[in-house]
Amino acid sequence: MNKTEEILSTANKLRWEVGENFHDSILESIYKDASEISEKVVTRIGEKPKFDLDRFIDRIVTGRWTGFPIMFLLLALVFWLTIIGANIPSSWISYILVDTLHPLLKNFMNSIQIPFWITGLLIDGAYLAAAWVISVMLPPMAIFFPMFTLLEDFGYLPRVAFNMDNLYRRVGAHGKQALTMSMGFGCNAAGVIATRIIDSPRERIIAIITNNFSLCNGRWPTQILIATIFIGGTVPAYLAGIASAGAVVAIAILGVLFSLIVSWGLSKSVLKGEASAFSLELPPYRPPRLLQTLYTSLIDRTIFVLWRAVVFAVPAGIVIWLVANVNIGGISLAEYFIRGVDPFAFFIGLNGVIILAYVIAIPANEIVIPTVLMLTVLSTKMTLGAGAGVMFELDSTAATANILHAGGWTVLTGINLMLFSLLHNPCSTTIYTIYKETKSIKWTMISTFLPIAMGLIICFFFTQIWRLIAG
Amino acid sequence: MITDNANCATCPAHNLANLVKLGIDMSEFDYVVALAGNPNTGKSTVFNSLTGLKQHTGNWPGKTVGRAEGGFKFGEKRFKIVDLPGTYSLLSTSDDEEIARDFILFGQPDVTVIVIDATRLERNLNLVLQVLEITDRAVLCVNLIDEAARHKIQIDDRLLSKMLGIPVVPTAARQGVGINELLKQIHDVATGQFICKPHRLSSEIKNVSHAVDQLNKKIAQTFPDLPNTRWIALRLLEGDQKVMDAIRTGEIGNLKPVENFGE
Repeated sequence: MNKTEEILSTANKLRWEVGENFHDSILESIYKDASEISEKVVTRIGEKPKFDLDRFIDRIVTGRWTGFPIMFLLLALVFWLTIIGANIPSSWISYILVDTLHPLLKNFMNSIQIPFWITGLLIDGAYLAAAWVISVMLPPMAIFFPMFTLLEDFGYLPRVAFNMDNLYRRVGAHGKQALTMSMGFGCNAAGVIATRIIDSPRERIIAIITNNFSLCNGRWPTQILIATIFIGGTVPAYLAGIASAGAVVAIAILGVLFSLIVSWGLSKSVLKGEASAFSLELPPYRPPRLLQTLYTSLIDRTIFVLWRAVVFAVPAGIVIWLVANVNIGGISLAEYFIRGVDPFAFFIGLNGVIILAYVIAIPANEIVIPTVLMLTVLSTKMTLGAGAGVMFELDSTAATANILHAGGWTVLTGINLMLFSLLHNPCSTTIYTIYKETKSIKWTMISTFLPIAMGLIICFFFTQIWRLIAG
Repeated sequence: MITDNANCATCPAHNLANLVKLGIDMSEFDYVVALAGNPNTGKSTVFNSLTGLKQHTGNWPGKTVGRAEGGFKFGEKRFKIVDLPGTYSLLSTSDDEEIARDFILFGQPDVTVIVIDATRLERNLNLVLQVLEITDRAVLCVNLIDEAARHKIQIDDRLLSKMLGIPVVPTAARQGVGINELLKQIHDVATGQFICKPHRLSSEIKNVSHAVDQLNKKIAQTFPDLPNTRWIALRLLEGDQKVMDAIRTGEIGNLKPVENFGE
């Protein structure tokens, strides 16, 4: 018998001798040494302070009655600041990029005799899409991300997870799903990768499928803009900010509810099983380092996300220009699609424009709103300067509102768009990430189509009920 | 307690100029350093301040998934540093613990830096003691000393170093306090200028020392170069499949004790 086998067989024999408590005895001896050492090297200077600030804050933010209200209020505060803070810089940027630079570029192209369709593709399509994305997304992100990162740095997110953990466990999912859900509020692709912290494959797949129900930052601007126009517009001006922030929070909470319901459904059907236990350590609160947080959240998150949005917006801008300008029998491709889909879209309280926008915007949720506006103008034959398929200047929320109202939008359309923005397929990056993480076409398809199906059903019922009540 | 005050600038340990931060340029390096520690002890912050990278850090456990790598240069030597996922122990079998354990055992880092939270020393020491069973080249980084001071906790780092047999460096990585000293100690252990005499579990493991000794002797005969035969004996007695496989394939025999004096 060779020597290695001899070692193994000796080990197998001796294992009977050491008995079942062996593992515990090793642990015990480790703990004993650790406590002996720490007793000798650690000294406390004076009395432990009677008032422990960390404990005090924890008692409030994770309290049974106070935990959830504080969570909602904090979220609402962050959105409110984002909404009221973003409008002004947004119009500055749009003034520079869209009002000033765009005509300059266009005149320049014309002056050097570039054919109209190249100018159309590059300037009216690609450039304007990018400019739009920057002016709509940069200001809210530059406000939202630093605040979110400050909360994270301070140590609040684990408390959110702590509050939520019990709910997730009760629906048969892993408590850590509360953490990956919180990550999803930043980016679903990041949230999907973060599910690696869940060891059990069953619970991990549940977490992956439901991560899409966390509104990601590509969808925050859509939510915020639509809420500002349609929800904020229904109340007196001084309440508009609060009402729109409240609406966005409501959608975010709805997303969390859907993730709980779907997790429950999955764990009772195709992914049956018990929730496994885990320990969640609440880290101490740490005063956030303001400057560093600003720096990393601006560089790591804001610029990163913005860059991604621009990269996707450029080809999408070209596609939009093409579908709006390629005519068959005098009618553009986009119009064919919009007219064809309109009757169906009416049933679910949306319109053909929104459906087409979501098809074009599959690469990135960020460009849904620009696409919607462009297509609305196109399909209503409004003559607002720039011409068909050109994403034009909208330097204020009011201008956006005018276009949408002219396109036949109502409060119902607005709410349905918010619902559909919550419940539709993940963006292509996330779908690809899901495939890479699960290595399964089946689960990737389910993660992609389940939310769309839910979105269509929910919008349908919401619309029917709304129409019944509103007459 | 070590702080970066003016006196430090005159001593040879203060080599800020030598420290060329290499980012993730990994093309050439002389030593491999592993970074282990409990979750949420500021491991990633230490990683960032050693490498000059700006990996996102967050105040919550389990943020680092898988492992991150970076590099730095100190005293003419290039170090590759690997940030392992935070774990509470190396005994049980979660994915994270396995990644960390396997890297320390099979990756054979020249130095393992264990980052611990000064305000939770006792609990963190459990991991330290387990790491010291596997490797005999380690540096202890007692992080968050600023927080410990705020909680009126004082740690005798010299005594701790003596008891553990490895260098101990108090740091406040978020403020950059103690990072230079940490770099120097990593360098000294890697180059063999500091020889560790790591603490091994002293207390007899009840009723089983006979079995452990017997198996230990057998392993030591077959693999005379192994630095951690006793730990392997413990793992075998616990029925650790991965270690059993490593014995069977002889992979474990390729683990030589790390040579002192690098080249």
